[in-house]
Amino acid sequence: MADERRPKQCSLVLPTESMKVMAESVGVGQLQEECCVALSEEVSYRIKEIAQDALKFMHHGKRRKLTTNDIDHALKLKNVEPLYGFQSQEFIPFRFASGGGRELHFYEEKEVDLSDIINTPLPRVPLDVSLKAHWLSIEGVQPAIPENPPPVSKEQQKVESTEPLKAVKPGQEEEGPVQGKGQGVTSAESKGKEKSISRLKPRSTHELSVEQQLYYKEITEACVGSCEAKRAEALQSIATDPGLYQMLPRFSTFISEGVRVNVVQNNLALLIYLMRMVKALMDNPTLYLEKYLHELIPAVVTCIVSKQLCLRPDMDNHWALRDFAARLMAQICKTFSTTNNNIQSRITKTFTKSLLDDKTQWTTRYGSIAGLAELGPDVIKTLILPRLSIEGARIKAVVEGPVISNIDKIGADHVQSLLLKHCASVIAKTRPLPDNVDQYRADYGYLGSMLCSHVVKARAQAALQAQQVNRTTLTITQPRPTLTLSQGVSTGSGPRTPNIIKVPSSLTLPVQTLVSTRPVTPAQPSPPATKYIVMSTSTAAATSPQVVISLTSSRSSSPITSTAPSSTSTLQPLVKVEHTGQSVTTPGAGGSRTLQKYIVVSLPSAVSSEVKASSLSSPSTAVDSTVKADRTELPGASTHSSH
Amino acid sequence: MAAVQDAPVEADNEKEIKTETLNDAAGNHASAAGGVIPSPPVASTSSSGPAKAGGPGSEEQQTLMAVLQFLKKNNFVGAVDVLRREAGILEDSDESQGQELAASALGGAEAGDATCTLSRASSCTTSTPAVAAAPAKGAGEHCSTLSAAFGKRKESGEDQPDVNVVLSAYSQQGDPALYQGYYSGLKKFVESVLDCHRAELSQLFYPLFVHMYLELVYNNHETEAKAFFEKFSGDQECYYQDDLRVLSGLTKKEHMKGNETLLDFRTSKFVLRISRDSYQLLKRHLQERQNNQIWNIIQEHLYIDIFDGMPRSKSQIDSMSGSLAGEAKREANKAKVFYGLLKEPEIDVPLDDEDEEGENEEGKPKKKKPKKDSMGSKSKKQDPNAPQQNRIPLPELKDSDKLDKIMYMKEATKRIRLGPESLPSICFYTFLNAYQGLTAVDFTDDSSLIAGGFADSTVRVWSVTPKKLRSVKSAADLNLIDKESDDVLERIMDEKSASESKILYGHSGPVYGVSFSPDRNYLLSCSEDGTVRLWSLQTFTCLVGYKGHNYPVWDTQFSPYGYYFISGGHDRVARLWATDHYQPLRMFAGHLADITCTQFHPNSNYVATGSADRTVRLWDILNGNCVRIFTGHKGPIHSLAFSPNGKYLASGATDGRVLLWDIGHGLMIGELKGHTDTVYSLKFSRDGEILASGSMDNTVRLWDSIKAFDDIETDDFTAATGHIHLPENSQELLLGTYMTKSTPVIHLHFTRRNLLLAAGAYNP
Repeated sequence: MADERRPKQCSLVLPTESMKVMAESVGVGQLQEECCVALSEEVSYRIKEIAQDALKFMHHGKRRKLTTNDIDHALKLKNVEPLYGFQSQEFIPFRFASGGGRELHFYEEKEVDLSDIINTPLPRVPLDVSLKAHWLSIEGVQPAIPENPPPVSKEQQKVESTEPLKAVKPGQEEEGPVQGKGQGVTSAESKGKEKSISRLKPRSTHELSVEQQLYYKEITEACVGSCEAKRAEALQSIATDPGLYQMLPRFSTFISEGVRVNVVQNNLALLIYLMRMVKALMDNPTLYLEKYLHELIPAVVTCIVSKQLCLRPDMDNHWALRDFAARLMAQICKTFSTTNNNIQSRITKTFTKSLLDDKTQWTTRYGSIAGLAELGPDVIKTLILPRLSIEGARIKAVVEGPVISNIDKIGADHVQSLLLKHCASVIAKTRPLPDNVDQYRADYGYLGSMLCSHVVKARAQAALQAQQVNRTTLTITQPRPTLTLSQGVSTGSGPRTPNIIKVPSSLTLPVQTLVSTRPVTPAQPSPPATKYIVMSTSTAAATSPQVVISLTSSRSSSPITSTAPSSTSTLQPLVKVEHTGQSVTTPGAGGSRTLQKYIVVSLPSAVSSEVKASSLSSPSTAVDSTVKADRTELPGASTHSSH
Repeated sequence: MAAVQDAPVEADNEKEIKTETLNDAAGNHASAAGGVIPSPPVASTSSSGPAKAGGPGSEEQQTLMAVLQFLKKNNFVGAVDVLRREAGILEDSDESQGQELAASALGGAEAGDATCTLSRASSCTTSTPAVAAAPAKGAGEHCSTLSAAFGKRKESGEDQPDVNVVLSAYSQQGDPALYQGYYSGLKKFVESVLDCHRAELSQLFYPLFVHMYLELVYNNHETEAKAFFEKFSGDQECYYQDDLRVLSGLTKKEHMKGNETLLDFRTSKFVLRISRDSYQLLKRHLQERQNNQIWNIIQEHLYIDIFDGMPRSKSQIDSMSGSLAGEAKREANKAKVFYGLLKEPEIDVPLDDEDEEGENEEGKPKKKKPKKDSMGSKSKKQDPNAPQQNRIPLPELKDSDKLDKIMYMKEATKRIRLGPESLPSICFYTFLNAYQGLTAVDFTDDSSLIAGGFADSTVRVWSVTPKKLRSVKSAADLNLIDKESDDVLERIMDEKSASESKILYGHSGPVYGVSFSPDRNYLLSCSEDGTVRLWSLQTFTCLVGYKGHNYPVWDTQFSPYGYYFISGGHDRVARLWATDHYQPLRMFAGHLADITCTQFHPNSNYVATGSADRTVRLWDILNGNCVRIFTGHKGPIHSLAFSPNGKYLASGATDGRVLLWDIGHGLMIGELKGHTDTVYSLKFSRDGEILASGSMDNTVRLWDSIKAFDDIETDDFTAATGHIHLPENSQELLLGTYMTKSTPVIHLHFTRRNLLLAAGAYNP
């Protein structure tokens, strides 16, 4: 059904090579070309027929997804024995790979160690079907409860804030007049309204119901109150509740006013609470904050660069707040910066200006460097690295010069460690290898020697992690691949430099274990899926040619390898090699073991394969872990090899 | 030749079933209905045929003749005798009638009618296969095609002897290279005619395209066929895309064997409605150009329904076309339909008493009484459009039914009057943890129970009231209880079994339909395994498995009066059953593709079936005739709903549109656009003011049905010609859209107080 272009419909026939490969797999060696053509036409026709029947079962099953069961039933209609062993509910056992202009679907047959299966704890029993009632509408008005979708979807909020005129275009209006404005009012009213002000920007209502006012009061009090448990609960609610759209302007004002007042009063704790609120708002998947950035950004930036954020600058850890706010700022930039609003460039400019200013205090200097550094390695490279020697000189003046004030000294220390932390990783990636202390000193001045040692450390760590990455990807071939992978990665992801394993949501996540006041409903969005970007390291490139050799050698002997396209060139990019019991020359790294499998997937640059799997437990507990193997860095090949 | 061997048996059986079971049903319920059935129903179908004068009479006689001839040919002497005795036909008249039939069969256009009536003999099929030369052969052929329709469709070519016969119509050779020329010649001609005729003549493109393509394929001109398809498939209307997709896969003669879609194109004539002027224009053109190829196709595979008057506009045509076999013939919708409601039984005395008591208890004044009287008087008056009370024997009301009726009336007085200003509240029942497995839902009429059918072959019943579900004690335990005690009904229940939900195991495939009996004692379920099962809600066990469908059964529905139920499935036949018969009472054959949904008319005299051939048919239960064919949907129909007054029908399809039909006039009267995905459920509010529709697109929408029905002006002309101007007012009729959270809406139900209940499974 995928292809709607009709002219193509006629010629959609399976390639004859597939017929050949399949014939080979059942032991028919030389199949004539005419046979292949006839077969492929017949098979294509039958497959289409079955697919069309299977579609009927999908429709009657009230699903959008065609399942293997549908195919089975369609086969049954035709009096064909269904295919056994394809009963999996969620995923189809074929894996896709492409490269070198070829596309290949292969059937991944994993070797399973029985003892592993026996020893793994049993999965949780899936929950039984249950029935739950809620009000979808009360006398024509849809109540804003978690069971119902948010009154204004995020896309619509986005459209409203980014393209305010589009919202009232006639086409849009026909799409769903009730969806937007009409939901809150009776339809007659909404119709009348629509006709009269169809050319005007729809007026958004700001009246809050009594419940909403109560909620607002409770939440804001809890957020800035003294009880930490309550606060965590409130933040959780902000981060997950779908019905906050109406209250967004109030929250935004609350935060901006709160920051304004508390900065003056140097109330560090409250500023931290307010920043956590911003974070929670950002995390809410149903809210689109664009419209309120004019209030939120100044507040956040204040918390980054303000001269003084606390009463005792020598004692309190206002640096953590600056770091946190800087990370928030980077997140805002990433989410909302467009070519129109230029948030990122404007923010960068602000930070740079204060960095360049000689009279800037150490606190502000720290904030602006942190703010810039969080924006990514590119920003560090272009804006911070050139300034290293100047900053170094400044730090030197304070550290080695006469003691003027303790505060300055602490500030200089923090700036120094911040610079070392952020710059070392960038330098480790960009600078060619010999790490010469003198060279560093010549390039970066006072900070040079310390930088050098940090870079050496960073490099060592990167190498270590490369190994770890290899070891964790090994688990991809194990029974529940994604789950174990994500576990493996997360356990080792603590101190890593972000260029290898990046955990974007490493900001303090709201505490998920708290018991929500509401009963758990399916409507509650599951916690945001944690994404791990695994970038393979260059060490892998060396092994790939060897594996290619092992493919060609095994091709002649093993029937299983017929999954590889018949016209194998020496540069066969996609290989699935299975060494079932036979000892074949294996690449150096894992050569000692024979019962192993290598899946070598070489991909052209910019191809990323995404493996998504979700556990089969209940929707509310399902943890969607997405593992994204991004190989854009590597034009060669990467191995997922087991050791 | 297996099918041919089978066929007569089938036909024979079918006859017998008809007579027997109906007599049976009548006998069983003669006392129940409180009256005497006037005459055996068979008499009205067959023996009354010769007695009647005029058109229909002779038609029916022809039908009979055809059947007789067929039986004779296959040496079913006994059956011939029986039938002849039944019909009271003499031997020789048989012969002469046969001649007559032959003559008429040869008479070109009339042949369609003859075959049509013939098919109606075996429970109304309008499939009219291409007529072959000899009438005897023709009759045999038709019957075998009919037998194919009776659930005996076989997969392989050998089992389908009729396919070759049917296909042989294609054997005539034309120069394959010229086909493209023919087609584009016609295209040019249509483009050159006056605007008013163009739209009408454009209707020809699709059937011609299909038949020319199939002719090419049949004659093994594969490359030409492909080229032809590629060149012209883009011109076809977008709503034929699904069929084109099927066609596109079909490139070899071998594929044509056993392809059901293809068989449909063959066995049924594509019906077009064209005004006389346009037709003349076309005829002249084809004669001038000596374009025999196209003319032959038109003659053989198309049925052109010519009408006098103005040609129709493009939008008029578009609204009616889209079905697999073209539009319905005008005659198909001419039969009288008794769409009125049956008289409600009078249950006054206890009602008034209890009502007053109830109201006194609530401390309300007794001012509702006059209202009740008006209601009573309304039902007392005989509606001229209503069928006779005992047209279909209905089960007698039990005491419990009467109590329920009283409850119903009491609730009805508390009913909220709905309208555009007062929309109903919607309570949504979400099935959690269904894992994409929920396939069907039903509520009881009093909204106390909810049943769900699941893909894992189970049926689950929940109680949505605090009252838990209890089953009756086992036989041994029942022996022990005191049968004389007052609360014996309470004592027979097993308190230990009380639970909020019960699971019914028995099916061996996904359950696609569930339906409660009106008295809440039974539950029906139909499944992929081809059976319909009747479950007792007293014991929560399976009582009967009704076997008849050989293929998946897509839907089943209880009659509003209980006892009867209808089922329809992949075998394209809808079957009417009675709960106490293991064989169907009626088989409604005629749809050209799967029957996807079924619905009883409120008066229980008719059933509506929706099909994947994109038509809705209305069948008369009394005689098995198809009395209405509604075309206009552009996708398989998945939901049907009758308005409470029985006058209108709403149907929803995969194209996301809801169409409204006037049953009395047989007209489309409204189109509700708004849904973006399959409409799986439709329901009118109890008073019919609001139509609720639920869809795969996760929305419930409410429509102003009063306005939709009022806006339509049905003057005599439109009624006569079936041409309808549909007002483009979907947006005005839409009263509300309610999004769910990724929960497709599978079922809707209005409680007796007009609260809307919706149900669906949460699909994260």
